[in-house]
Amino acid sequence: MYDFAYHKPATVADAAKILAADGDAKALAGGQTLIPTLKQRLAKPSAVVDLSAIKDLAGISVAGGKVTIGAMTRHGDVAASADVKKALPALAALADGIGDPQVRNRGTIGGSIANNDPAADYPAACLALGATIKTNAREIAADAFFLGMFETALKPGELIVSVSFPIPEKAAYVKFGQPASRYALVGVMVAKTATGARVAVTGAASAVFRWSDAEAALSKSWNAASLDGVKVSPDGLNSDIHAAADYRAHLVGVMAKRAVATAG
Amino acid sequence: MAKISLTVNGKKVSAEIEGRTLLVQVLREKLGMTGTHVGCDTSQCGACVVHVDGKSVKSCTMLAAQADGTAVTTIEGLANGNELHPMQAAFKEHHGLQCGFCTPGMVMSAIELAKRNSNPSEHDVREWLEGNICRCTGYHNIVKAVQAGAQAMAAAK
Ligand SMILES: Cc1cc2nc3c(=O)[nH]c(=O)nc-3n(C[C@H](O)[C@H](O)[C@H](O)COP(=O)(O)OP(=O)(O)OC[C@H]3O[C@@H](n4cnc5c(N)ncnc54)[C@H](O)[C@@H]3O)c2cc1C
Ligand code: FES
Ligand code: FES
Repeated sequence: MYDFAYHKPATVADAAKILAADGDAKALAGGQTLIPTLKQRLAKPSAVVDLSAIKDLAGISVAGGKVTIGAMTRHGDVAASADVKKALPALAALADGIGDPQVRNRGTIGGSIANNDPAADYPAACLALGATIKTNAREIAADAFFLGMFETALKPGELIVSVSFPIPEKAAYVKFGQPASRYALVGVMVAKTATGARVAVTGAASAVFRWSDAEAALSKSWNAASLDGVKVSPDGLNSDIHAAADYRAHLVGVMAKRAVATAG
Repeated sequence: MAKISLTVNGKKVSAEIEGRTLLVQVLREKLGMTGTHVGCDTSQCGACVVHVDGKSVKSCTMLAAQADGTAVTTIEGLANGNELHPMQAAFKEHHGLQCGFCTPGMVMSAIELAKRNSNPSEHDVREWLEGNICRCTGYHNIVKAVQAGAQAMAAAK
């Protein structure tokens, strides 16, 4: 690892100031992606800005038909939250399925979303539930946030403050884990909302995406059987040693049906 | 160089660190506590698991600076003199180890499970140990040891 300066500001404003003054500085949340990246020398920040001392960034609230989760809230705290389990059990279950207990004890929702790994779980929840991502500068709809592989709408130095999930009528997330890493080979989140069904797919392509054909079918009739014959094209899906594109396309259909059945 | 102060196994310690110094480096290299192992150094194997403020974490994936002001417990902090911690005793009793390389991390991880669930099923244990890799045992006796250790911890309360 190359060396860097370490900062631990107490407010979002101070963190933003350090990041704005130094384009090579990087925010540090749970470190479960950033520290491995630094070890491999894939990044060489001049400074690391630890967000963990900023009190307003961690916490969960349920109000006004929304579950709002602070950027620094750990996966394990979302998984264990009685409020989340009650209001949006699919999100608690998703958080409980991320990585392993030690990753969940450190990793945060803000870090996961900012990183936008093609196989990450939280982006699927953001997209399927139509979440709003609040930063220190603005609010961004999930539909406009995840731009591509490891790419988001965040500007350099912009910080995620919280993520708000509108509570759906029903939702579920089901993933088919890659057998060794358990990262989603394919993960599908489905949600039934007052304005129709939303379906988000992670792991299958270079970034999370909405599957509009499945949304149309499920909006007509919320039932796993509605997805019979609805197929996603393998064109543009990932092909690697773990799974070929046509197999991933097949898994998208299977996971979507399982998710609808799980949601009930 | 900066200075951090933390509590390790109940003792106050301090260390001079760089920004990039990892918690596991402070434990092993600065404090000479080599019970915490480094297996992969890529956040996958769990040999380096310690408790930070009561929660199990991979000490190879935490900066020493992030541990400033925390209370850390390592494998060296479990036994009471010559008397093994119930989870350590269960690993010995049930042959939950062969070479022993993964064992410190297994034990530290298992203790957090036992605190959450005093009577874990085989499935609970296997799920929980997702982040702990063992190259020797095939896990069977580790699972038995963790179940017995959790029960022994509950009984000792
Ligand atoms: C062994 C292992 C298994 C894993 N398995 C899974 C899995 O199954 N599913 C899954 O989804 N993930 C998985 N992960 C990734 C894990 O969820 C990470 O915690 C997550 O991707 C990053 O979150 P973090 O808090 O650790 O962020 P960090 O590593 O600290 O930061 C990641 C990036 O986000 C930026 N960032 C962090 N916080 C903010 C913020 N508030 N605003 C703006 N930018 C910010 C950082 O600058 C950095 O670029 C796994 C990780 C490991 C090590
Ligand atoms: S050495 Fe830390 S996870 Fe392997
Ligand atoms: S006993 Fe050898 S790695 Fe587990």
